[in-house]
Amino acid sequence: MERAATAAEPLDDLLPAPVLSLQRAVRFGLIGGMAAVVVAAIGMVETFEARTLIDPFLALGLTTLYLASFTFGFVAGSPPPEREGFAKPKAGLRSLAAGAIAGVLAGVVLSAFMLLADAVNLRNIFVSVSPQLLELLTFGKGLGTGILLVLVVSTAVGVAGSAVHLIPAQVRRPIMYTVMWVLLVGLLQSVIEPVFRGLGLPSLIDVLYEEAGGLRLAGVVIVAAAVFLLSFFLGGKGRALQGRLDALPAQRRRSYISILLLVAAAIVYMIPRVVGPFLSEVLDLAGLYLLMALGLNIVIGYAGLLDLGYVAFFAVGAYTTAILTSPNSPRFTPEMTLWASLPFVVLAAALAGLLVGTPVLRMRGDYLAIVTLGFGEIARILLNSDALKETFGGAQGIINIPNMVIGPLTVRGPEVFFYPIFIFAILAGYVSLAIQNSRMGRAWMAMREDELVAETMGVNIVAAKLSAFVVGASLASIGGALFAVKVGSVFPSSFNIVVSITILVLIIVGGMGSVPGVTVGALALVALPELLREFNEYKFLMYGILLIFMMLKRPEGFIPSKRRALELHQDEVLQDAWLQIYGDEETGPQEEGV
Amino acid sequence: MPLFRTEGLTKSFGGLRAIDSLDMHVDEGEIVSVIGPNGAGKTTFFNLVTGLEKPDDGVIEFDGQPIVGLVPSQIIKLGIARTFQNVRLFPNMTVRENVMVSRHCRTRSGLIGAVLRTPAFRREEEETRRIAEDTLGFFGTRLVGYRLDQLALVLSYANRRRLEIARAMASSPRLLLLDEPTAGMNPRETVEITELIGKMRDEKGFTILLIEHDMRVVRGVSDRVVVIDYGRKIAEGTYEEVAQNEQVIEAYLGRPAEKGA
Amino acid sequence: MTTATVGKKRASRLNFTNLFRWVVGSVAVVVIFYGSIKSVASGRLSWAQWRDLMVFGVAQGSVYALIAMGYTMVYGVLRFINFAHGEVFMSGAMIGYFVADALNRAGIWNEQPVVSLLIVLLVSMTTATSIAVILERVAYRPLRGAPRLIPLITSIGASFTLQYLFRGLFGAGTKAYPPMAAIQGKWIIFGIPILKSQVIVIGSAIVVMAGLYLFVEKTKTGRSMRAVAEDPETAALMGINVDGTIVKVFAVGGAMAGVAGALWTLVFPTVNFFSGFLPGIKAFTAAVLGGIGNIFGAMLGGVSLGMFESVGPSLVLGGYEVPAFNQLKDVVAFSALVLVLIFRPTGILGERLAQERG
Repeated sequence: MERAATAAEPLDDLLPAPVLSLQRAVRFGLIGGMAAVVVAAIGMVETFEARTLIDPFLALGLTTLYLASFTFGFVAGSPPPEREGFAKPKAGLRSLAAGAIAGVLAGVVLSAFMLLADAVNLRNIFVSVSPQLLELLTFGKGLGTGILLVLVVSTAVGVAGSAVHLIPAQVRRPIMYTVMWVLLVGLLQSVIEPVFRGLGLPSLIDVLYEEAGGLRLAGVVIVAAAVFLLSFFLGGKGRALQGRLDALPAQRRRSYISILLLVAAAIVYMIPRVVGPFLSEVLDLAGLYLLMALGLNIVIGYAGLLDLGYVAFFAVGAYTTAILTSPNSPRFTPEMTLWASLPFVVLAAALAGLLVGTPVLRMRGDYLAIVTLGFGEIARILLNSDALKETFGGAQGIINIPNMVIGPLTVRGPEVFFYPIFIFAILAGYVSLAIQNSRMGRAWMAMREDELVAETMGVNIVAAKLSAFVVGASLASIGGALFAVKVGSVFPSSFNIVVSITILVLIIVGGMGSVPGVTVGALALVALPELLREFNEYKFLMYGILLIFMMLKRPEGFIPSKRRALELHQDEVLQDAWLQIYGDEETGPQEEGV
Repeated sequence: MPLFRTEGLTKSFGGLRAIDSLDMHVDEGEIVSVIGPNGAGKTTFFNLVTGLEKPDDGVIEFDGQPIVGLVPSQIIKLGIARTFQNVRLFPNMTVRENVMVSRHCRTRSGLIGAVLRTPAFRREEEETRRIAEDTLGFFGTRLVGYRLDQLALVLSYANRRRLEIARAMASSPRLLLLDEPTAGMNPRETVEITELIGKMRDEKGFTILLIEHDMRVVRGVSDRVVVIDYGRKIAEGTYEEVAQNEQVIEAYLGRPAEKGA
Repeated sequence: MTTATVGKKRASRLNFTNLFRWVVGSVAVVVIFYGSIKSVASGRLSWAQWRDLMVFGVAQGSVYALIAMGYTMVYGVLRFINFAHGEVFMSGAMIGYFVADALNRAGIWNEQPVVSLLIVLLVSMTTATSIAVILERVAYRPLRGAPRLIPLITSIGASFTLQYLFRGLFGAGTKAYPPMAAIQGKWIIFGIPILKSQVIVIGSAIVVMAGLYLFVEKTKTGRSMRAVAEDPETAALMGINVDGTIVKVFAVGGAMAGVAGALWTLVFPTVNFFSGFLPGIKAFTAAVLGGIGNIFGAMLGGVSLGMFESVGPSLVLGGYEVPAFNQLKDVVAFSALVLVLIFRPTGILGERLAQERG
């Protein structure tokens, strides 16, 4: 370390310290402006404006629009990355200036778009560019004043974005949390209200929210105060608690953990009762996706096989269940119970896994992706076809799938269905974690890392690949069975490529190989758009952007999360550097002995 | 009977004969070095032995059994393990896991056992872990302790090489193929590896076949040296014998007649 | 311990993958052969009908071939499947529609058919080229040298983004190109009556692909593309601007997709945000079928796939009297992809790739 610093010092005089560049600010301003225009032109602003965040003056539409100015103001104002041996770059007035430039330019681009939309009727092409949109963008003040306002607001927001860099680090976090939480609480009104009602606190709703929608100012103050205080006092306490738990003697720790588990179970038991049918429905859906994501996580995250036709196994599960249990299935009606059919369902999926897995055994990763995609499409077309209508019911699908029966209990309705889905998801999570640290799990990961070496080290590639496909397919088929029973019918249209891609997005955003990550991913990416209907329309666009963003900025999402925490050790790197400098000259030409 | 033997082994790529009717053998407990100029076919030879490539012709026998046509995972199970010239670890797995992988062929627990945590599974897992840690302990303190849970990708170059050797050793092989174990190492580390190679034979009982460019290592450890050039064996014997062989010197220093080739 | 087990049980030499290939291969050959014989023998379709199916297949296949150029050239240079290429194709057809619609409303569409078609073609090419180049710059360039699956997943994201961006901008509805009187009806070519639109498609595809071939083989830019495909590092050392060349590869691929987009609408005159998906996958199949990285291969693969798809269902499935077999034509195309990758992953003409780079 000592040496590195002294060696770098003279360079400080030779090279100018990195500074904020005007070019960067201009570039990000223009990009931000274009982002804002796209947000407006795809109709997001208009659709989102229906959701009020803070009662009189802040709704989601314009917030989303100016988020572009804010983000790119933030990026433009960010000080250049620290370089070893150089003075640490500081954010200052230059940051604010950069943010202002970015904000102004974003405003200019947006204004240009508004002028164009005013002059020419773009509606024949861009379906969402309506007079209403224009009115919204001009704050209802007419074009001239409107454009002036846009420029002012955009600049202010850009400056605000860059000003984030000026806030001292220890205050920044509580402030950011507070702002985020206030917006989130405003956004999630439709979630929070039924929860409060279920908890028996309807009076709190009136304090927080306006009846027509949006947080009241009093609500804003309450939420902000609560979050600020909590983050200020509780920040970092979680880890301390964990440490204290670890320090306890084993027996007491075990009893504490079992108490915690009991409490958790009680909370889980209460969830559907508290949140009501609509939220339970959404949680059920997220749970089904979670179940499948855990299965695909084994195939992609552990074994590194990019399967894009995963929905086929989901379909196999759903259709096998439907055929075996429904009295209406066309060809074959054994009318089993769900539990009797489940072994056959898993068996069918395992066979399907072998069927898909065997042809792709010797294929390169990218070909594998396309071929599995092809299999997924083949499955959907076959289910939909008239040729196999006698078995699968064609486009009419199979209806009248009986309810799940547990002993004397009939599982009906989203609130009750929450429990089986939750239990199966927990089981799938357990299976994933158990396999990860086992002989087969290691074999899969070795194969993911380097197939050839894994084989040389004794991993039977055929067995490893097929077993990954089979385990993944089995988990998906259980998801399919639950789905079929829950909905009571199956149709081919439920099983298209979009489902596969959604699951892929979940595990990539959640962090490949990471079970908690996938869980959070399922809640955020599946449940949220269901809760906020206006998001649903743009959900796939967001998924696409998320995939690109994750790959560009966080490709370590590929690495299982527990490993991400492991740090790179400085001494090892220095050792390497030393080797490069001194290794060669002392070793000398190697054939000298002969 | 030798532990390992090849006869008439031949492999061509297109028109190029990488290995040309090669006969060689390794006796149990021997350390044999394979040397030769760059491109002489040494690594191809290892690839043929470990099943990564199929020979066009010839016999490879291990422990009296022909092994041509077996897949790599079967070959390591029979007891031949190798390292790679350009270190190939599993970068996103921990040091311990890297080594545990190579126990795959000596263990049998399946998915069901892992999910149910059967006693047999836990016993085997425990044993695999112990063997992995013991094997890493063979390299002193370099790969144990906190290193066990580090990802292989953060290791220094020399430690990666050591880890790769440990990974091969943990599969309990009878014949260990080391492909340039000291390439890119500094002199101190080279000496250390040279000593370790001897120790591997003496303490662990491995038979070792090694490709090496560093003649100090070759001189230090080999019972016998085989020189290959253009896929053919051009000399064989003790280090001193081959070092004075005319053909060998020519192979290394160039043939005046073929200078332009 | 090891010796004991070895002595008892000799390792098996039976190769599971090869066995599987044999079984699948024999079954496929028998099924296809028997179905075709039955189908031809039944005389359900006349010779003229078979011929029309084939011509249609060739027309459709030439469009696949044009799209396949983008896959094959990008794969040749960067070794990755640009999954979003189907959307590049769709973007050309989509923007082309708005121009066609405007021309129609201005009354030019039917009065000046040649000019109109050329304008649509030009717009489609420009759009597709720009989208391909932007895609390269924004999504793929930062990932140069990343592990293989990362750019692939990025391109899946790009494909989704483009689809739903177009949906958001232009609406979810299917847009129908205005009918053009001048290209209705048939021309007699070598005594065979062929739909005019199909003649235009096939003819233009041949001209464009011949141009592309000359461009890649004879021009300096083409030479640098081939050099980069062979070995980017060496090419860079030889003074070739690798990034610039890659942009050009994307641009040329995009332009081909743009031509394909314009021609496609002559055969299937509708477009929506999802229309790029299936032709994209099929064009990729065509590229693999012909041997990826190989321009001639992509042409051959495209035409073969188009033929399989149009003739295959009637010929094979018709023989087994499968009801509504035309619904299954995509199954035929995907099965072709799977079978090719199982039996000849290097394609009909073989890959033109330098050896695997590490």
